[in-house]
Amino acid sequence: MNESLHLWLIPLLPFVGFVLNGILGSRLPRRLVTAIGLLAPLGSLALVFNAAAATMISAATVCQGCGRVTAVTLPYGEICPFPWLTAGAIHVDFSFVLDQLSLVMLLVVTGVGFLIHVYSIGYMKEDKSYARFFSFLNLFLFFMTVLVLAGNFLVMFVGWEGVGLASYLLIGFWFEKNTAAEAGKKAFIVNRIGDFGFLIGIFLLISNFGTLAFQQIRIELGMSTSWHGGVLTVICLCLLLGAAGKSAQLPLYVWLPDAMEGPTPVSALIHAATMVTAGVYMIARTHFLFDRSPFALATVAIVGAATALFAATMGLAQNDIKRVLAYSTISQLGYMFLACGVAAYSAAIFHLFTHAFFKALLFLAAGSVIHALGGEQDMRNMGGLRKKLPVTFWTMTAAVFAISGFPPFAGFFSKDAILYAAFLQGTLGKILWFVGLLTALITALYMFRLWYMTFFGEPRTSDAHPHESPWSMRGPMVILGLLCVCGGWIGIDRFTEYLAPSVGLHRTISSGSIGLELVLSLVAVLVALEGWLIAGKYYRRKPERPAEFAAAMPTAYKILLNNYYVDEIYGAVIVKPLLILSRFVLGGIEFLLAGVAWLLGGIAMLSGMILQRWQSGNLRSYAAWLALGAAALLLFMVVPSLLAANGIDIRWTWGLR
Amino acid sequence: MSLLNHAIPLNWYLLLSAVLFSLGVIGFLIKRNLITVFMSIELMLNAVNLTFVTFAYQWNAVKGQIFVFFVMMVAAAEAAVGLAIIIAVFRARGTLAVDRINLMKL
Repeated sequence: MNESLHLWLIPLLPFVGFVLNGILGSRLPRRLVTAIGLLAPLGSLALVFNAAAATMISAATVCQGCGRVTAVTLPYGEICPFPWLTAGAIHVDFSFVLDQLSLVMLLVVTGVGFLIHVYSIGYMKEDKSYARFFSFLNLFLFFMTVLVLAGNFLVMFVGWEGVGLASYLLIGFWFEKNTAAEAGKKAFIVNRIGDFGFLIGIFLLISNFGTLAFQQIRIELGMSTSWHGGVLTVICLCLLLGAAGKSAQLPLYVWLPDAMEGPTPVSALIHAATMVTAGVYMIARTHFLFDRSPFALATVAIVGAATALFAATMGLAQNDIKRVLAYSTISQLGYMFLACGVAAYSAAIFHLFTHAFFKALLFLAAGSVIHALGGEQDMRNMGGLRKKLPVTFWTMTAAVFAISGFPPFAGFFSKDAILYAAFLQGTLGKILWFVGLLTALITALYMFRLWYMTFFGEPRTSDAHPHESPWSMRGPMVILGLLCVCGGWIGIDRFTEYLAPSVGLHRTISSGSIGLELVLSLVAVLVALEGWLIAGKYYRRKPERPAEFAAAMPTAYKILLNNYYVDEIYGAVIVKPLLILSRFVLGGIEFLLAGVAWLLGGIAMLSGMILQRWQSGNLRSYAAWLALGAAALLLFMVVPSLLAANGIDIRWTWGLR
Repeated sequence: MSLLNHAIPLNWYLLLSAVLFSLGVIGFLIKRNLITVFMSIELMLNAVNLTFVTFAYQWNAVKGQIFVFFVMMVAAAEAAVGLAIIIAVFRARGTLAVDRINLMKL
């Protein structure tokens, strides 16, 4: 028997926090705001743990003798008792589904979310809009959990749009700063393009399947093997466009680097650990569609690999510490897409899982550095912070080693699983594997560059007095640091086995061998080591060399520094024509509307001026008009009948026929 | 009853009624004094009453006669209200000339 898990409470708690802090926050004492802001995600986290425990017990079936057996079998669904939407044959419920996939994702979202809430207490202490910040963070958690728990496409879309809104609000949190407001708008607008694809995909699903529930579509697909390619490919490509928008993949990645204008905890939570991985989650969630369309899968893989490499090269030339991390996020998301594209969904989710830890930690550590230096974000002005910020240094080190893929850190296991899965996928797979490997090299290079520039060498600012962050910031960093080390020890095999009911087994797992896997791992580690050595050589021992390189290849360096001029190209090719067209249309519409309005008004005024004469106020003139009217009416009625009586055909006369 | 039906044709009644009505209309339009105007209205009402009665007799229908009572009742009420208004107007303006009473003008 399934005991109720009260899934609906998981999103509801943060929502209550959002409402309380949003409405009353500015009038409540700061301690109470903190308590509300923290209790909401803590409650959700507890509920998720409860759900996890309940399902684990059922999986192991060990608790026979326990007094209270709370066995729950997955997938477990909850449906709102009131129908949400019924239109013709389409019926959509507000339904939540908990399965292995959403459980893992929920653990990441609420776990990392809670830690970052704690971190924010310290980081946002000085901010005057403290309550607003916490209410927005809670709002984000609300929508994110809705997205993750969604049992059909429409509920997912609600969460999808909602996290976009929360992201917009938090990127533009310091809206007094023009760049922050602009970045928020950019993120929102670029995401609209992706959402457009998602919506078209949903419409196509409705017209082809008549339902939006994941489970029903899956069953329908399972029943007829004839569904293959064709319209499914179109649907998948539309969904991919949506995923690319949300997860900052080519060609829609441009909003994520700018999103770094938001407060650092936001970058850690939304733009690194959780929201941007929604695209990967969506593809894994709808894998039954993608599995039937090899073309769409190949597209996903190519988009992922291209994004991974492209973003990594851009990360090389950044000087803003958060922007380096932003490009590395895009690059890592590319890895996840690559994994989805070779149908290794569990590897993608595994990387999502470990990436959430190390990337959140990287951002939190970067935030700690920025905090210590009083808002300095330029790495060229950092340096020598190893001794002054020991906790930040050591946790950051764990994260850097994790993202670079050194064993036994978390990133090694997941990245290895992705590269291995890619390698087994025929010729295209080999190319993807090579691109992934190259990306791994560059990843190690720019991460160690960041590491050296920030923590080693001499302090490059004279007036800074760096201080270690308060416990509320160090605590989450230490916990995440431990997870960075241990998070990968679950192992891809156990992870795949656990996720199998949700996303299926690797299709290719059988064709590999342990030996091949070991060799590939070794190659990957050697490549990462190479990246480390290069970074060490140029940024630790000979800090003047990179500048010489840049001077030797000015064009290449300039292109890299300006991120391949993608923003400029988009601006010239898309934004500018669109703006001109919009202005033109706006002008045309204004002209048209104003013209029509003037015309109507003019007619009314003119006729008013003429008809005004009748209103003389003279009683007798009114009476005269009345009498005249009556006489005319009389004539109209009497004359025809008189004529008719005298045999004259009057129909022609009156135009009646 | 049969006397009416046979001695005097229907048209004569209608003609009389039309003449009375036209007199009322003309009086309404050309007279200046408000009281005379008011009397012209009464004349028109009674002209219509005559038509009603005539037709009621012609078709042997009682509805027309009932209507006459209604019209008389409304005319009585109208006379009461109208005379009161006339007195009020006279007190306020000191005149009953229709041309001078033109406050309804825009």
